[in-house]
Amino acid sequence: MDWEALALSLKLAAATTAALLPVSVLGGRALARGEFRGKRLIEAALMLPLVLPPTVLGYYLLVAMGAGSPLGEAWESLFGRPLAFTFEGILLASILFNLPFAIQPAQRGFEAVAPELREAAACCGMSPAAALWRVELPLAWPGVTTAMALTFAHTIGEFGIVLMVGGAIPGETRTVAIAIYDRVQAFDLEAAGAMSATLVAVSLAALYLTHRLGARAPAGAR
Amino acid sequence: MTLEVEARLDGPAALDAAFAAAPGSLLALVGPSGAGKTTLLRAIAGLTRPAAGRIAAGGETWFDARAGVDVPAHRRRVGMVFQSYALFPHMSAARNVAAALDLRPRAAAMAEARRLLAQLGLGELAERRPDRMSGGQRQRVALARALARRPRALLLDEPFSAVDRAARAQLHARVAALRDELGAPIVLVTHDLNEAQLLADRMAVLAEGRIVAQGPTDIVMADPAAMRALGLREAAALLPARVARHEADGLTRLEAAAGPLWLPRIDAPEGARVRVRIMAHDVIVSRARPEGLSAANILPATVLEIRPGEGPGALVTLDLAGDRILARLTRRAVAALALAPGTHAHAVLKAMSVARDHVALARD
Repeated sequence: MDWEALALSLKLAAATTAALLPVSVLGGRALARGEFRGKRLIEAALMLPLVLPPTVLGYYLLVAMGAGSPLGEAWESLFGRPLAFTFEGILLASILFNLPFAIQPAQRGFEAVAPELREAAACCGMSPAAALWRVELPLAWPGVTTAMALTFAHTIGEFGIVLMVGGAIPGETRTVAIAIYDRVQAFDLEAAGAMSATLVAVSLAALYLTHRLGARAPAGAR
Repeated sequence: MTLEVEARLDGPAALDAAFAAAPGSLLALVGPSGAGKTTLLRAIAGLTRPAAGRIAAGGETWFDARAGVDVPAHRRRVGMVFQSYALFPHMSAARNVAAALDLRPRAAAMAEARRLLAQLGLGELAERRPDRMSGGQRQRVALARALARRPRALLLDEPFSAVDRAARAQLHARVAALRDELGAPIVLVTHDLNEAQLLADRMAVLAEGRIVAQGPTDIVMADPAAMRALGLREAAALLPARVARHEADGLTRLEAAAGPLWLPRIDAPEGARVRVRIMAHDVIVSRARPEGLSAANILPATVLEIRPGEGPGALVTLDLAGDRILARLTRRAVAALALAPGTHAHAVLKAMSVARDHVALARD
């Protein structure tokens, strides 16, 4: 059992989820509310990670983060370490790769809030920020928690893109999913099985917890 | 705290309307659906932005296209009751009301919210969520929430449409009382002319985004332009009267200036002053005082005005000892009776033709 890999997976999932929470709320709400130019294109682009093989996205990210790229160079001059094949690199890839999971359920959640309630909030003297916090977010909460759970569970289970962008550096980029692959390659089926079971348990726990939380979230958000 | 509104909007929901409402008065915006009543209300609240015009309440300018003023909705002190009430479903009644209060700390806001709810007879439901309330109860929570804002204008968008008859009568009385207590103008959007006529001091008739008639309720109701927009079937007048006696046979005797009037039992104490909505098509005119007639309500009248309609009908304005009522007659009848301004006649009214909800308490 590779505890280091499991810890890294959890760290990556937690960091990705935390980074995507504000994106989920603000992006989901903007897409639910606004009718603006390019909205359909943005929605389509957000779906891309669902249909493209992780290798394609991984390839582009690797090129974009590489030492010769503007992003890679800028990063290295700023932080003194490269982006590709580091934890920061797989975190960035994971954030991009999880956008559809983080935004879509939240968007559905905000769409379910009647526009009149937002107007009523304004008529009660609530600023748009106050209306978001006190009226919209509590009602869209099940959508947002679903988004966060999917992001968390999906990050833990991600394999291809992490391998492409991060390789399999122990303690840096070798997550459980990659460790399992390594173990299988080494014919260590016992370790692979233990880790696989752990992964199933963690993911199931994350999803179950969210369903519980979502069910207990403020009522009336249907 | 006068409310002045002038708003123009282009596009499919075109609007070109101007009106003013005085503090302590109730203005009814009436008209067919799609006439722009709700749009006008939304423009006042800041939820729809007019292309041009000016909106001011209590000396504060909320919108002025020329000066580039557009105060956002949450900075306008406006009390809005939405047609669907738009109560926050995740909050109790008290929290809904507290949400509109500028009070800190929270405990003070909740106490004030409970006080406001108790005033509307909802003290025991303060902790209940809207999904466990009846339509009438929700309506009152919405009203309490609108009042909590201490509005410079109270806007009611078809607030009575979704509540049953009994609750509606109560709410009518509540709104009539509010008109006197609030000190801010009330604008009521409704398609129910009876409701409008019984509650409103002034009335504005909207048709296709334009105000075709406005003024004191009784005058607008007798205005041919308003009549065209609202339909002649709705032509009616308000007759002031006093409740004299509840008779043993289920009738109530009223005293109007022109004489006594018997109507089916009215829910008002003896001595109360009421306004009775008399539909023009329920009035019969007779030159001689009729004898042997089943109808008991016969009042001496003088013809004031005769307006022939485009069809076979005519609208006759009658003076009943200083009060005016309308009668819809055929042009043939007008000719046969030789009615002309100044003619003395009698107005006959069948007691059972006045619906119970066509009687409202008058203001003192």
